[in-house]
Amino acid sequence: MLAGIMSITEILFWFLAVLALGSAIMVITSKSPVHSVLWLIVTFFAISGHYILMNAQFLAIVNIIVYAGAIMVLFLFVVMLMNLNANSEPQKNRNLQFAGLISGGCLFLVLVTALMKSDVSTNHLMSGGDAGLIKNLGKVLFNDYLVPFELSSVLFLSAMIGAVVIGKRSD
Amino acid sequence: MEIKWYIDLAVALFSIGVIGVLTRRNAIIIFMCIELMLNAVNLLLVAFSKMHAAAEVGSISPSVVSDGQLFVFFIMVVAAAEVSVGLAIIVMMYRNTHSTDVNFLNRLKH
Repeated sequence: MLAGIMSITEILFWFLAVLALGSAIMVITSKSPVHSVLWLIVTFFAISGHYILMNAQFLAIVNIIVYAGAIMVLFLFVVMLMNLNANSEPQKNRNLQFAGLISGGCLFLVLVTALMKSDVSTNHLMSGGDAGLIKNLGKVLFNDYLVPFELSSVLFLSAMIGAVVIGKRSD
Repeated sequence: MEIKWYIDLAVALFSIGVIGVLTRRNAIIIFMCIELMLNAVNLLLVAFSKMHAAAEVGSISPSVVSDGQLFVFFIMVVAAAEVSVGLAIIVMMYRNTHSTDVNFLNRLKH
């Protein structure tokens, strides 16, 4: 911060933070599940913007392709397949919702207060750095993390078989 | 940018996800709130990896910085597998009860 003037990075950080928090609140408050899915996509794009700000370009692209592209489209397919409309939550317990709000707020307060006691206020992030580029991440991934990478393919295969077996109509 | 703002943002996103899981009764929206919590943790992991990058300039092990970002990559792998199986379970539940309300799933109580 130069003499009270916010730098471009800070302006972008606050814009993306407000966008992420606002759309995350819209996810849990909107009535229609389709609107929730669309607001969650906005949240994922804001988080990808944070990754770009931290120069983690590989994760920004993967976040957009995998989350906003694949997972959210799968959610949208399922929501539209079920034809859920706005009044698909018939019974609403106001006391239960209020209790959930209070418990979540207590979790937030406890974590933030514990953070204020700790001494992290002097640590700054590295603005540049090339650790998040595809070249460097790929070298580490295929040298140090080769076995977990290969195991994740087995995980995907078992998830695919599991989805097919569960989704198959058993009669 | 200081690390504490990123921690505050990630904690706020995680708490919004927890509130969503506790208040909504639609199984799909509960599932989306779990994805929101996973993304809050991912954001925090990337922020901490950049903090270590600033702390260890000129260190002999540069791969320490990449570890946090590769953990995020593996979390995304597990989340993708989890979503495919979970949505299949929700579709099967909708086929049996014609609703995605989790309050119908109380057979263990009786």
